Amino acid sequence: MRRLYNFPGGVRPKEHKRESTAAPVARAQLPDKIILPLHQHIGVPAKPVVNAGDRVLKGQLVAEAGNNISAPIHASTSGTVLAIEDHAIPHASGLPAPCIIIHTDGKDEAIIGYGKPRDAGILTPEQLRHAIKQAGIVGLGGAGFPTYLKLANEGKKVGTLILNGVECEPYITCDQMLMRDHPIDIIMGLMIMQRALGINRAIVAIENNKPKELELMQEAIYEVGTPDIELVQVPTVYPAGGEKQLIQILTGKEVPSQGLPMDIGIVCHNVGTAYAITRAIEHNEPLISRYITVAGSVAKAQVLHVLVGTPVSHLIEQCGGNRKTLSRVIMGGPMMGFALLDDEVPVVKTTNCILVNSVVSDVPLPSRGDFALPCIRCGACAEACPAGLLPQQLYWYAHAKDFDKVQDYNLFDCIECGCCDFVCPSQIPLVQYYRYAKSAIWQQEKEKVVADISRQRHEFHKFRQEREKHERELRHKQKRQVVEGQSTQDDKKSAIQAAMERVRKKHEHSEVSPKNIDNLTEQQQKLIEEVEARRKKKLEEIKPENNQ
Amino acid sequence: MLTAIIALAVLAVIFGLALGYAAVRFKVEGDPLVEKIDALLPQTQCGQCTYPGCRPYAEAIAKGEADINQCPPGGETTIIALADLLGRDPKPLNPEHGEEKAKRVAVIDEEICIGCTLCIQACPVDAILGAPKLMHTIIEDECTGCDLCVPPCPVDCIDMVEIKPTPDNWVWDFPNKLPNQLAALANRVSAAGTGGFRDTSKHDAAAKKTGAGA
Repeated sequence: MRRLYNFPGGVRPKEHKRESTAAPVARAQLPDKIILPLHQHIGVPAKPVVNAGDRVLKGQLVAEAGNNISAPIHASTSGTVLAIEDHAIPHASGLPAPCIIIHTDGKDEAIIGYGKPRDAGILTPEQLRHAIKQAGIVGLGGAGFPTYLKLANEGKKVGTLILNGVECEPYITCDQMLMRDHPIDIIMGLMIMQRALGINRAIVAIENNKPKELELMQEAIYEVGTPDIELVQVPTVYPAGGEKQLIQILTGKEVPSQGLPMDIGIVCHNVGTAYAITRAIEHNEPLISRYITVAGSVAKAQVLHVLVGTPVSHLIEQCGGNRKTLSRVIMGGPMMGFALLDDEVPVVKTTNCILVNSVVSDVPLPSRGDFALPCIRCGACAEACPAGLLPQQLYWYAHAKDFDKVQDYNLFDCIECGCCDFVCPSQIPLVQYYRYAKSAIWQQEKEKVVADISRQRHEFHKFRQEREKHERELRHKQKRQVVEGQSTQDDKKSAIQAAMERVRKKHEHSEVSPKNIDNLTEQQQKLIEEVEARRKKKLEEIKPENNQ
Repeated sequence: MLTAIIALAVLAVIFGLALGYAAVRFKVEGDPLVEKIDALLPQTQCGQCTYPGCRPYAEAIAKGEADINQCPPGGETTIIALADLLGRDPKPLNPEHGEEKAKRVAVIDEEICIGCTLCIQACPVDAILGAPKLMHTIIEDECTGCDLCVPPCPVDCIDMVEIKPTPDNWVWDFPNKLPNQLAALANRVSAAGTGGFRDTSKHDAAAKKTGAGA
């Protein structure tokens, strides 16, 4: 039995997981339109490789990776590309961004080779990473970091692989249902990850509020796994499923400030990612669908198997939600999710939960900025913070927009888990302050780069003006000298002479010289003589007339 | 008596040499304060502060001739940063110099442009491309949105267009100011006893006793 450690703070909100796990997972109905945002992962946006009007098939590549830190996107079903244009995307800003919009034809016709089993055993780690990259797999736990980058093990730095099945946030149950439905595939995905990383040691972590899934996963490990894969029950406390917190629970090691788990030889993947890898490697299916929990004020809360790009409104309708009474739709859970401004946005690869609020019954959220009271300095937030930060100090400095100070208090180690919001007796929307400060700092850094370029350009502009002024003066001076020097007749004559000399020299040196009267044939010579004779005659005819 | 005088004299010579060496070794070139202030300014070179560019304004601030609230493009953030640097109290932007606006770029209507080059001469960062009697255009990435090219244009073909926010340059809203407390209390009363998301006080108490975690 592994010894477990503690992380500081944490909270125990009501789980609300039973509502959506009672019914088995259903397939979401095919929507009329599939909307695929080009930027649904960390890194640069994908580049479209189809045009409006093209017919695409299920699993077909529609956008390729933008560069090395990016992920390709595949069509989720067959249909026709309606447009590649700006559409509302699931982003807290509610702003539109470029998307590929596909009108589905209902045939769900797949490309050749889709779903065809292949033997993954013969692939090298490099080939595995390449296949995972081509399948467009990104971290499905929420961040959306391209997975193949986290499967490279240069210099054997990584010694431990952690598979995260903790899913600690209230309402969210998609990973739980995935572990219930496909434990074998998840463990096979884990083993593919182990091969790609070239390591044997792996830990599968599941919260102890999921006994059924723990049992199923243990059976799966016995069936297909190796003795090196260890299943660990972790205590049910939010946010035990946070990457850094989970690492601390399992190993007692802390990820360094602003560092990565890779820095301490650990890499952490989500169970959903492992499943997607098995589908991609063993069955040649790119990432085009995932499990998503739909919960809150809907008639039937449940987990749906959803095609990426399905509009949120479509899922809400399928679960018996009334679009007319919607008050707020949250993508993600109540602690870390964000409100959508438009229910026509599509779900993306990283969407794990749709939390529906209606005017009839509102899901209580930890942060309700509208009703904040002044801070009473109780310190509850510092006790709850799982990152060991001082939320109160961060709040003061973020509130005062003192971005240097707020960084001194390690704002960027904040994981935005919402524990401080949750315990705050004054209901101050603390995380909103941190999110504001983080995005404002990023924006300022970008502006600083622009300002530095502007400064350089302005300095060069001044230098150029100065240089031009100087050159102009010099030119005027020379001209004046020339004009003053040429006052005498001789000078003028010699100047003309010099100019003529220059022209003559130029002619001598020029490569092109008239050569059309050299090397003439006899016939041409004859023609010329005829012309000359005619001209002479004409001239003689004219001359007497002139003399008269 | 004599030893004391000699001792003090020797000490004086030693310290004198040390100070003299330090003055040469650690000599500060120019006024670093101006550089620091200049680094905080937005470099639009718009002249709204009444100085011809950001650096002259930085020099004026360093000399104490200008106040820190004269830069509309920098706005509140720049004022706070300057106040922080100079150890002064931040103050609101002086409305005489203009108001803080969203960042904009110049756009030339190329149908109307007659190619007079007047805007090119006015641009402080050489962000306009063109030649006499040929159409001009703005290099959008380099434009600082300073407005200086607008007045010289004889055919009024330059528009200042606000940069559209995208998910990449969007900033989270600053949370609302503290609202009236009555509303909050009303909410608290109505929320009590609904058994909602927050109703876990017992769990929390238990968690705190046992230490949250394993």
